[in-house]
Amino acid sequence: MTPLLSAHGLTKSYGPRKACDGVDIDVTEGEVLAIVGESGSGKSTLLSMLAGELAPDDGAVRYRDREGRVRSLGEIGPAELRALARTDWGFVRQDAAQGLRMAVSAGGNVGERLMGLGQRHYGNIRAQALDWLDRVEIAADRIDDPPTRFSGGMRQRLQIARNLVTAPRLVLMDEPTSGLDVSVQARLLDLIRRLSGELGLAVVIVTHDLAVARLLSHRIAVMRAGKVVETGLTDQVLDDPADAYTQLLVSSVLAA
Amino acid sequence: MSEAYNFAYLDEGTKRMIRRALLKAVAVPGYQVPFASREMPMPYGWGTGGVQVTAAILGRSDVLKVIDQGADDTTNAVSIRRFFAKTAGVATTTRTTEASVIQTRHRIPETPLHEGQTLVYQVPIPEPLRFLEPRETETRQMHALAEYGLMHVKLYEDISRHGHIATTYAYPVEVAGRYVMDPSPTPKFDNPKMDDCPALQLFGAGRERRIYAVPPYTTVRSLDFEDHPFRVQTFTEPCALCAARGHYLDEVVTDDAGGRMYICSDTDACETRREDVR
Repeated sequence: MTPLLSAHGLTKSYGPRKACDGVDIDVTEGEVLAIVGESGSGKSTLLSMLAGELAPDDGAVRYRDREGRVRSLGEIGPAELRALARTDWGFVRQDAAQGLRMAVSAGGNVGERLMGLGQRHYGNIRAQALDWLDRVEIAADRIDDPPTRFSGGMRQRLQIARNLVTAPRLVLMDEPTSGLDVSVQARLLDLIRRLSGELGLAVVIVTHDLAVARLLSHRIAVMRAGKVVETGLTDQVLDDPADAYTQLLVSSVLAA
Repeated sequence: MSEAYNFAYLDEGTKRMIRRALLKAVAVPGYQVPFASREMPMPYGWGTGGVQVTAAILGRSDVLKVIDQGADDTTNAVSIRRFFAKTAGVATTTRTTEASVIQTRHRIPETPLHEGQTLVYQVPIPEPLRFLEPRETETRQMHALAEYGLMHVKLYEDISRHGHIATTYAYPVEVAGRYVMDPSPTPKFDNPKMDDCPALQLFGAGRERRIYAVPPYTTVRSLDFEDHPFRVQTFTEPCALCAARGHYLDEVVTDDAGGRMYICSDTDACETRREDVR
């Protein structure tokens, strides 16, 4: 089967430094792919290119749309690309303030995509927002509070609700759990795993935390200095790493 | 008319530049056209945009009316009227029916406008999406792609907070089925008057350097929700001076013991009615 999203030879340089150097990645439906690596290894640059927010210097990202057509993101016009980003994709950011409208209530945040799709019935929009807040375990009486009054974990859950309300097929996550304390992290990971399973979502999750990758992902890609040094099934890569860098990475995790 | 100034204050080159922007604005209803706004002999926020548009369209035979919140006799209205009387020597009036150009700050006259008249609005902030999306690059793209879901987020917030759409002025409208426009801080009471209006409506924002327009007989629709339709303000009492119903009323405090009266904000409409009654 053709992958949902496939990237070939993605290269991006900032000046003389290559942030991404010939990266190949495939994501199929219902699959959770983790991209791990240390800070500065090009993970976030790669994610921005996969999302169509950053144009690669070389290489292409191909996406199979709902009609089954495989299309290169570079050839889709800005109007359609933004429409896809609003409906078919989600992007959960590390910093919730970038993924949410902080001055708008939780209900408005969740409802924005629906209104962007042309829904014009207040009662229906609010009902869907309530349903999604419930699914991400945010109490119904918080619907009119702005995210500024939410805790870090709640903000991330609200981001997830805001992204999933249009039933996307692919969700990109950039370090969604970093900066949260351990118990909140665990709850969020649990939620992501449950929702991605229930909805058959394809998820690409960027993380520097191998425990997050082990818990969530089916496959893993290890990046170093802009290159993918190893890729494979998560358990395989983490239990029996082939590449020297991966071995170093796995062995540097503190035992609990 | 003062000989020290070019006709209507601005030099001919500047007026031509503004007219080009106006033509583009009329051709693309509701679209914000950038223009090279000039320093005017008045502070920003006092109608520098409106004054530049008026200066660019005034001819020697025009009759000018200037209103501020509906009134002909407030400082802003009086000084702008005097400014053009001095620099252009045009006739001025307070009668809506006699005017060919009406510059306005935040009201549309109650007397229906007719063909051949031009209404010039003074606009402080032309971008309806500004308070939701501060990035100008982003709002321009949203206009270009007609992505207006965000405008409804504002209305959603109103309903969730107040139980109804509580925006009462600068109420966003969709022009000719395409661009969403800020009708300047007019009360939403006046929005229906913009729809299918026989007069030409021009909008000038001096500080923000934008001009936009609604050509005559253009559809102007106020945004709303299916289950929360657009409604204008209603007043329980008639005007205390002219007894008119269906006019927009201002609340005037008359003493320090809670006394107040409601009178027409449109002074010309109010006076005309009182004369007719006499």
